[in-house]
Amino acid sequence: MSQPVANCPNCGAKIVFRWSSSVQTVCDYCKSILVRTDVDLKKVGQVADLPPDSSPIQINTEGKYANKAFVVVGRILYEYDQGGWNEWHVMMNDGTSAWLSDAQSEYALSLSSKAPNLPAATQVQVDQQFIWNNQRYTVSVITPAHYRGVEGELPFQYWDKTNVTFVDLRTESRKFATLDYSDPEPALYLGEFVEFDDLKLKNLRSFEGW
Amino acid sequence: MSTSAPPPPLPPKPQAKGLNCPKCGAAISLRSFGQAVTVVCGGCHSILDAKDPNLAILQQFEAITSVAKPLIPLGTRGKLRGTDYEVTGFQRRSIQVDGINYYWHEYVLFNPYKGIRYLSEYNGHWNDISICKTLPTADFSGATYLGENYKHFQSAEANSDFVLGEFPWQVRVGEKAAVTDYVHPPRVLSSEKLDKEVTWSIGEYMYGREIWDSFKLPGDPPEPMGVYENQPSSVTLNVTGMWAAFAAFAIFLLVLMAVFDMRAKKEPVFEETYQYNRADAKGEASFVTDVFELRGGTATVEVKTSSPVDNHWIYLNYALINQDSGQAWDFGREVSYYHGYDSDGSWSEGKRTDSVVIPSVSAGHYYLRIEPEVDPALPTTPYSVSVIRDVPVFGIYGIAFVALLVPVVIISFRAYTFERSRWSESDHPPMELSSMSTNSGDDE
Repeated sequence: MSQPVANCPNCGAKIVFRWSSSVQTVCDYCKSILVRTDVDLKKVGQVADLPPDSSPIQINTEGKYANKAFVVVGRILYEYDQGGWNEWHVMMNDGTSAWLSDAQSEYALSLSSKAPNLPAATQVQVDQQFIWNNQRYTVSVITPAHYRGVEGELPFQYWDKTNVTFVDLRTESRKFATLDYSDPEPALYLGEFVEFDDLKLKNLRSFEGW
Repeated sequence: MSTSAPPPPLPPKPQAKGLNCPKCGAAISLRSFGQAVTVVCGGCHSILDAKDPNLAILQQFEAITSVAKPLIPLGTRGKLRGTDYEVTGFQRRSIQVDGINYYWHEYVLFNPYKGIRYLSEYNGHWNDISICKTLPTADFSGATYLGENYKHFQSAEANSDFVLGEFPWQVRVGEKAAVTDYVHPPRVLSSEKLDKEVTWSIGEYMYGREIWDSFKLPGDPPEPMGVYENQPSSVTLNVTGMWAAFAAFAIFLLVLMAVFDMRAKKEPVFEETYQYNRADAKGEASFVTDVFELRGGTATVEVKTSSPVDNHWIYLNYALINQDSGQAWDFGREVSYYHGYDSDGSWSEGKRTDSVVIPSVSAGHYYLRIEPEVDPALPTTPYSVSVIRDVPVFGIYGIAFVALLVPVVIISFRAYTFERSRWSESDHPPMELSSMSTNSGDDE
């Protein structure tokens, strides 16, 4: 696995990519949002201070899922009226990327998936059902959220967002799906809920008094 | 690795935040870090926006604290199913059934890694509750969750009447949720519908003692009252298995009986028919039979008596005597048969045959001494006496059967009454109770 090294065009700090396919990263020092071009890194924005956050996960947290080791390399932070949640971008040891979401300590792992004829945001209703990969999914909640910030490496450009709609779909098993309406084209993520203990997480944050 | 660049600054270690109520100035500590969405001031009962650095006041409610005091004080830590949790929130909720309010309490538990969990308490009955990660299926009669069937117990509208501490959602006093409980003791599956969003949770019954031990609380937990919807009954769990075990044992007994019946020789060793004539029987009426041989080791001996009596009786005084040792077994047998007709129809009593088994008779040469006594109304009657060596004895099996049946029936009855009191609190009370409540409704 290559670990391309470059320098931040804003502050000159060394930028190391943990994942060769990363498209975007954030400079640890000056919080510039940097996008990879063919030749170098381009600053496209700046991350405002992230709100104080109580996720036990952080960049470099390591874990295991489906017998594969992974490491957290980036995240997108969202907020909605009941609080916030993180979509942690994780790099599996086979080079694929996945998302570990942490919504008030409810953990789930999902993968970007392709399906034809995804519904537009305005067409989706609670209790509506969809079948993807021979699995029936039921819309449980439609969440209007807003983008709050990014950290680390991401597999796509993601920085100039404001309000985004998420549709959560559940099943009678641990499987779930999310429809992400961040972009004009809806994106589908299929995954499953996981137990904190099963992830065998290491390098977690510590909490005062715990 | 570069040594010149300093490491990037780490985000601060989360710690419980100390704030002050914007209304009354009382100290407020945010124990669940960023997970608190609302926090309630213990001093003035203002519901505050925990996400707002200035703790904007969202709602104010009137409350007498003594009415609803958490049994586990906020901030108490305890180990529940191997994980440390801190009590961060408390609310009292109520439902109204037939004009009566029923109250229960909910505790919000927090662990920074494992997240939120809840405890509920109603009349000394506790439940350990977590949010379902998979979707149950439900209809009017029941629900299925993780392959297990739950019976519908109750649907009601739950009102939040008192809140304290932190909540990971927008809590408000007076907020009403449609709550439906489905039970599969010791578990309870609940759906809560607020606006359009349905939240499913799964609870498991806990005893007050376990809670007191987990949180190291002083004194004793409140005594549980009645039977709670998902309270496990040690009896209920065992009834089916107990009947199965009983059936297996009954079959075992039958097999044992069959085996002993097959192994018993049932050898006829003596048979004779006598004629009793009152005219002949003067003074001493006893006589002795011919000698017969009882073979084998020590075994049973059956003596059968029969006589075609008809509304009469005969009584035979027997002695089975060992010719060699003189050892004797004395016993008396009656053969009587009465029948007739009265206002209830025909009746009959007694039998024309009789049988008795003498246990443990050793091998040897034996004879019977017989002394008949006959109904004075009967001048003459024939009677037969036969002796059979080595017959199976089944009485002990009957005793074993009854001895096993009695506890099974008692436990089944106790399980039945336990389930009755459980379901009497539900939307589906047992039949007699529902008709009773209808009657009392008519009286009013």
